[in-house]
Order: sequence, then C-alpha cells, then structure tokens
Amino acid sequence: MLDALGQILGLIFSVNFILTVITASTPLLLAASGELVAERSGVLNLGVEGMMIMGAACGFAAAYVSDSTIVGALCGILAGAAMAAIFAFLTLGLAVNQVATGLALTILGTGLSGLIGAGFVGMRITPAPQLYLPVLTGLPVVGRILFGQDAFVYFSFALIIGIWLFLYRTRSGLILRAVGDNHVSAHALGYPVLKIRMLAVLFGGGCAGLAGAFLPLAYTPFFIPGMTAGRGWIALALVVFASWRPGRLVAGAYLFGAVTFLQLSVQGLGLGIPPQVMSSLPYLATVVVLVLISRTRGASGSAAPASLGVVFVPDR
Amino acid sequence: MLLALERRAERSTAIGIASPVIAVALTLATVAVLFAIIGKNPIEALDVYFLEPLLDPFSLGEIVVKATPLVMIAIGLSLCYIANVWNIGAEGQFLVGAVAGSWLAVRTNGTDAGYWVLPAMLVLGTLAGALYALIPAICKVRFGASEILTSLMLVYVAYYGMDYLVRGPWRDPKGLNFPTTAPFDPVATLPPLFEGSRVHSGTLIALMVVMLIAVMLGRTIMGFEIRLVGAAPKAAGFSGFNADRLVLFTFAISGALAGLAGIIEVAGPIGYLQPDISPGYGFTAIIVAFLGRLNPIGILIAGFFLALTFIGGENAEIAMKVPLDLTKVFQGILLFYVLACDSMIAYRVRLIRGVRKAVPANA
Repeated sequence: MLDALGQILGLIFSVNFILTVITASTPLLLAASGELVAERSGVLNLGVEGMMIMGAACGFAAAYVSDSTIVGALCGILAGAAMAAIFAFLTLGLAVNQVATGLALTILGTGLSGLIGAGFVGMRITPAPQLYLPVLTGLPVVGRILFGQDAFVYFSFALIIGIWLFLYRTRSGLILRAVGDNHVSAHALGYPVLKIRMLAVLFGGGCAGLAGAFLPLAYTPFFIPGMTAGRGWIALALVVFASWRPGRLVAGAYLFGAVTFLQLSVQGLGLGIPPQVMSSLPYLATVVVLVLISRTRGASGSAAPASLGVVFVPDR
Repeated sequence: MLLALERRAERSTAIGIASPVIAVALTLATVAVLFAIIGKNPIEALDVYFLEPLLDPFSLGEIVVKATPLVMIAIGLSLCYIANVWNIGAEGQFLVGAVAGSWLAVRTNGTDAGYWVLPAMLVLGTLAGALYALIPAICKVRFGASEILTSLMLVYVAYYGMDYLVRGPWRDPKGLNFPTTAPFDPVATLPPLFEGSRVHSGTLIALMVVMLIAVMLGRTIMGFEIRLVGAAPKAAGFSGFNADRLVLFTFAISGALAGLAGIIEVAGPIGYLQPDISPGYGFTAIIVAFLGRLNPIGILIAGFFLALTFIGGENAEIAMKVPLDLTKVFQGILLFYVLACDSMIAYRVRLIRGVRKAVPANA
C-alpha cells in the first residue's frame, strides 16, 4: 500500500504528469471559457456537449480533407457556432426554455456528429505539431512544459486572459455583465439585451467547437463517435465551480485534468482497482465538487448572474 | 427585419393541441430534406421509417416493447418538469433499477426460489431508482447544487457500475466470455402477453402507472401542489407549500418509475443483464415528455411515436443502409420543433420591418 502511494506521489511530481494534465485540461478550459461568457450574459446553454462533439466531427473531417490543423480548428469553431445559432434562435428569438433547448442541442449534436463522422472513423491525421523553440524548449524541466505545447494550449490561455480583460477592463464587458445580472434594467437603459446575448452565445459555441476539435486534432489523431464523453457537461460544472470567474476557471479546469491523469496512471499501476471505478472518477468528482462549492457558498448567496436562465421578452 | 414576440392575452388552447402535430409535420419535412441530402429517395425513406413498421404486426409489437420504458420514464419526468425541477439523469436511474433487480435474479439463479422472485425484483428496481434519484435531489435541497448537472453526472457513474458488474462478479461463467449475466430463470422473467410475441406484461404495468399518475396529478393535493409550484412558485410559497419537499418527491417518483422501467426491460424483453440494455431511453423520454406536452395521454401518444423512430431507424438501416445515428438527429430536431411550437402557445410572433418608431411613454 505504502509502495503504491509512493508510486502515485512519484507520478504526481514528474514532468510527464504536468504535460498530461495540460492536454487533459485544455478542452475543458476552452469549452468552459466560452460557456462562462454566455452565462455571464444571462444565458444557460446546456448544449455544450452537443456543440463540442460537432466541433470534433467537423473539425476532424475538415482537417482530414484539407490536411491542415488550422482549417480543422476553424471548421470546428464554425460548427460549434452554427449549433449555438440554433440555440440562440430558439431561446432568444422564440423565448423557449433554455434547459430543454440545451438538451435538444446535445441530442441533435450527438446524432449529427455520428452521421458526419461515420465516414471518417478509423482514419488518422497528423496531430497538431508541438511548437518547439530552439533554446527555450531545451531548458531542464520547465522547457518542455512552458515552451513545448501545441497551439491549442497557448490559445486557451490567451483566450481566458482575453476574457478576463474583456469582462473586467472594457465597457462592453461591463455591459455584458449588466445584461446578465439584470436584463430589465439593461433594456431600460437602451442596451440591446437579445443582441448582446446572441453574440455571447455564438462566442460560447465557437469555443465549445474549438474544444471539441482539439480532441481529434491534438489529443488523439483520430475521431471516435461520442469521443467528448461528457466533457461538455464537466465544462458546465466548471463554470459553477469557478463562481463565474475566469481565474478560478483555470484552476478548476486543471484540477479536473489532474483527476483524469490520476485515472489513467492508477490503471497503469495495476493495483487491482477495477477500471470502471477509475473511469467514473471525473463524474463523481464533479458531483462532489458541485456539492462542496454550493455548500460553502451557502449563506452568502449564489454567485450566479442574477438573470441566468431567465427568459427575456422585450416589451415594445 | 426583426423578429419580435408579443405575449398573448390568453394561452391559445387551439395551438396547445395543434403544436405537437405541427412539430411532427415539420420534423417529417426536415427529415425528408435530410434524406435527399444524403442521397436517398425521401418518399421511400419516410415510408420505410414511419409507415412500414406500422403495417407489420411484428414491428408493431416491437414498437410497443420500446414505447413501454419510454412512457414509464416520461410520465415520471413530466412531474418534475411541471414542477420546474430538472431531472435529466433518468438514464442512470433506469440502469440502477435494472441492476438492483437483476441482483436478485442472479442470486436466485438455478435455485428453487418460488414466484416471489419477480415481484421482489420489481420492488427492488423501483426502490433503487428512487434512491439513486434522491442523491441529486438531496444535493439540491441540502447544499443547493444544480440538480441538472449532478443528475446527469450520475448517469455515467451508473453506467460504469453496471459495466463493472456484468464484466466482473456477475458474468455468466458459461457465457463464452461475453459480458452478460446468466439468462434469468422463468420465475425471474416477465411473461409475454401473447404467444410468440415480445410484448410483455410490463406494458400493462406502464399503462397502470400512467393512469395512477394522471389521477395523482389531476385529483390530489400533491398533484395540485406540483402544478402550482411550477406555474407560480411565489404564490405556492405564500400558501405554505414546501418547494424542497416537492423536489425530493418529484425526483423520488421519477427515479422510481425509471428504475421500474429498467428492471422491467431486463426481466421482460431482454432476459439477462448486459452493458447495452438501453439505446438512451432515459434521454429520449425527455423528448417524449415534452412532445406529450407533459400530459399523461399526450405522453402515451408521444411514447409510441418516439418508439416508432427507433424501430423505423433499425428498418431503414437494414433496408436502405441509412446510418442509425439518423434516429438521434430526428429526435433532436423533433424536440426543437416541439419547443418552438410550444412557444407559440404563449406568444405571437411578429415580423417587424425597418426601424421602430419611438413611442412616448404616455401616448
């Protein structure tokens, strides 16, 4: 037992650990970043899983046909945004319940991605290249970690920093948060509530699509139907975990990446723990984390945007 | 040009009845276009998908077999959704019910246990489903954790748990290494309703459940409370109804029914436990609940229709080499149209051209 513990500790403090965690966390961070912006504008889009899997299927198909990671990533973004557009039309244009529409989006995305991806199952592509810098990557320990990632990883950090700057340091970000906190007042002040929300939802869709595209373009070099495996739902939970704040989102995404790593490496140790127990770990962890975070928040009130999920129909 | 919604003075009853029909018609039209895009004759495809299963007695039986769990889960979920409580983890509760009931079947396998086995299995499945559903409900009531996310996460946990059992301790040693339990004994299986058909007595249980829930919803205080909390939460609070209790109640009932559906599916048409006992019944049942407009009779009809898409999908896969995923696409599109049409009950859509003129507030 002690021996096994030692092995686990040894794994945790290895360069390999950090590298694996980064790749496992990146799709979560990308998808959750987009959803954070959408939710900050007051829209709860439960269709992240559907938008992600569409991003994965379309991204892989495009990358395979064009033999280019960038084209694949762009098509992933477009696919996610297109799905988000359907969601926006229904929830914003027709004032439909957001929870039910989000579920519909996930069901549709799962089916459509299966249709699109069916012809590409079993194909392989060249995975996204790691961006090595001549001297810096060669540095001991930090070299590989800081300067040896693929473009998705760097982009995910640029994205979350950009989102933070936008939300807290620009006027538009302030307006977006105002819309999410009180759409009636924002409307009365003359801000186009529905238009702002539509843009936020499209942005969220694009991010989810990119997160999905990351999976077949960089994580594994092939497409498997249903390969998002609930990551979209975990991304939704992460936004709650982060209390709708970008900084905490990074911490949360990396915490979950670490759980994924634990799952993979403990399986490798052969401790006799059934693989199914380890596979269910990220989902169990999500439940536990949601409970803990909601509990500690308790009395101080919810940190959620006040208008989150509430239908808004402007009166004329 | 702009789209604008105008609240109707009264909810339109006519559209309320017509909306599911319009939604189905729009879905069929969209699907026909989809078929044309993937290079299949739309008329032929629609015929194979939606008409042929209805004309063939065997397929008709299969539709009833598939509609049984869908209706049973959906009627429970409708209680949640009426009360504005979001249980979307019925798939997990279905699996847990199936596993709990199967436990007894596996334990008594090959013994001379009597006719008490099947009823006990059904009770176990129901209880287990209810308990499993109470986890997200308690997390919501006690800690304020979103029941949407927790109930969904528990689907994955239930799936892996079942997968472990059928591949590990419960695997049939004589099963040629297939991940299944031994076939259940006759005392642990639901008898078929007709000789040579797969339609089983679980269908009767489902019909009874629908009637019970309809009476509960329409004729009891609890039913009134559910409807009131959903329609006017503030008013319900003022009249002293406890919203937390309602979350627990609706989750427990919907979980119990999903669990019952799970064990009926295993003890009925399947006859042993294996990893893929559900083609996503728990999720499709959400569509059934909404297509049925959260109304017991509506859910019966909707359950039959969604079961038809499953059977039609299988037919089309064999006859026309249409990918099975198309069924999910249909179901997703259908839910979109249902929700959009439902919006028309409360709102009227206006197209606005050009720039709006400012109207003085006291004009």
